Amino acid sequence: MSNVTTAVRDINRNAKMKRALIKGLEYFALLLACFIALLPIWSSFTTSFKSAEEYATTNAMTLPKNWLNFSNYAQVWTEGEMLRAFLTSASVVVVVVMVSVMMGSMLAYVLNRFRFPGNGLIRNLFMIATLIPGIAMQVTTYQIMKNLGLLNSIAGYMILMSGTDVISIYIFLQYFENLDGALDESAVLEGCTYFGVFFRILLPLTKPAIITVAVLKGVGVYNEYYSANLYLQSNSWRTISTALYSFSGPFKSSYNIICAGVLLTLIPSLVVFLLFQKQVYAGLASGSVKG
Amino acid sequence: MSIVSTVQPDLRRKRINWQKVLVIVLFAIVPLFLLMLFTYVPFAKMVQFSFHNMSYTKDKGFVGFDNYLKIFTKSEYVGAMLLSLYYMAGAVVQLALALLFASILSLEKIRGSGVYKAILFFPFLVNGIAIGYIFKYFYTRGFVLDSVLQAIGIPLESLPYWLRDQSVNNWSLVFTSVWKYCGQNMVLFIGAIASIDPTLYEAATIDGANRWQQFKAIILPGIKTVFMLNLILSITGSLSAFEPAYVVGSMGANGTATFFIKIHQMAHVSQKVGQACAMAMVLMALILLFTVAQRLFFRYVMKDSENTFNAKANKAKALW
Repeated sequence: MSNVTTAVRDINRNAKMKRALIKGLEYFALLLACFIALLPIWSSFTTSFKSAEEYATTNAMTLPKNWLNFSNYAQVWTEGEMLRAFLTSASVVVVVVMVSVMMGSMLAYVLNRFRFPGNGLIRNLFMIATLIPGIAMQVTTYQIMKNLGLLNSIAGYMILMSGTDVISIYIFLQYFENLDGALDESAVLEGCTYFGVFFRILLPLTKPAIITVAVLKGVGVYNEYYSANLYLQSNSWRTISTALYSFSGPFKSSYNIICAGVLLTLIPSLVVFLLFQKQVYAGLASGSVKG
Repeated sequence: MSIVSTVQPDLRRKRINWQKVLVIVLFAIVPLFLLMLFTYVPFAKMVQFSFHNMSYTKDKGFVGFDNYLKIFTKSEYVGAMLLSLYYMAGAVVQLALALLFASILSLEKIRGSGVYKAILFFPFLVNGIAIGYIFKYFYTRGFVLDSVLQAIGIPLESLPYWLRDQSVNNWSLVFTSVWKYCGQNMVLFIGAIASIDPTLYEAATIDGANRWQQFKAIILPGIKTVFMLNLILSITGSLSAFEPAYVVGSMGANGTATFFIKIHQMAHVSQKVGQACAMAMVLMALILLFTVAQRLFFRYVMKDSENTFNAKANKAKALW
């Protein structure tokens, strides 16, 4: 009898030890991954507080002497004209987000709530468009922008950024599918116009979808580099990405200054992420799982 | 479901409802116009230009398949295409890691799992140019990476120049891509795992299934749609890889120029638009080929559900 109990105890202990070991390995893997995810950013962060002399003489991983040395930030802010770049990027983000939200929600409303000839065709046109990789068409898109006189025009860039977007339409389509049609039916019976139904009843109800689209689209546009570089060549229309890219000119290899610029550009993304973490995660999923 | 058909009596349906027509036209015309302008017109032009010898300003006429032939006969272009194999290998590792961390974070009781998730995800939101500087600094001789490796006992002399040495530099660039996208893939996996009915695990535990068996029998089938989506995205992303080599690798210096960088240079530096369009056509054909091949493969292997095809496409657009 006692033999059996010791055997059971041994098995239990072994199982427990095995679980503890696995658990330990899991934490180790997570911590290692987080270390790798943070190390590149962390090293830029610490470097951004180093003076020129300190940067030249100390190792990259040495911590700065003075954590409150913001002179690199001041220098990159003024010499790199970052305020202007932030304002340009902010206006692009605001306009593109508003246009995308309006276009996406309006088209989704029409496609979801009305049956008309061409409804299926429009859906298919957008569906097929997603199969053509946008990256392949950069060459001819440039020619079209050129012919339209939209090179070096902030409006042209905004139109391009809003016009090549299918994801927000899908997010809204999905959202409208789950919005009860009884609401708008009764409104129409009471004499509300379709415009009224959309603007006064449905649009306010799609607020979660609007936030999702705004966050995803906003971050995407804020970080966009390729088109900004191609279509906004004049120095007066530098976005954050193109301004950042130009730093390798004046600041050469003074990475302590460049890192300050890099850190400044991360702040808006970080703030938006911390505020809208749930929407960011949900948006990624809803934008991908179902079309 | 149509409002009109349910709200209005049959008699009135024959009359055209002008308000309805107006709302449809007004709400759909702008997005449709932009779709044509920035997707279908460029596509048609791309097909047309790929058969011409032309620049942005001059068209020297139809040249048949000349542009296409050049792509496959010059080793420079074939080499650039083969570079995407590095990115594909990276994509496989990235997916495996993403799945591993997604399973740990969703299935185990991890203290502070939200914090781990956020930290691993954040690189996805970092500006591409910022990533360029961060990693140029990271890889510089004797700087961040070298210091860490020295700290664990590897002498500096035995370390390569991460961005200059052609035997490692493409791997260095691939790593930046894995660094950026791994957390994003992980979040998608976590979302998919969360949608699996939790009672399935309980039942499996009662039946005595271990973690690995649970993973194979419950999780993998439950997330196959998202898994496939991620896989297709990573592979097509590998084919059109551009940012790491452009930004970290100084516009594809030292043999890191991917096929897309070649297209960009062909069009905007050499001004050979016809040639660039032919290259873009090849890129597109490759991407479609891989997408369809994978879809067929998965349909055959896993009897997969519908919708993934569209879903993949949305994501691809979003990422670009």
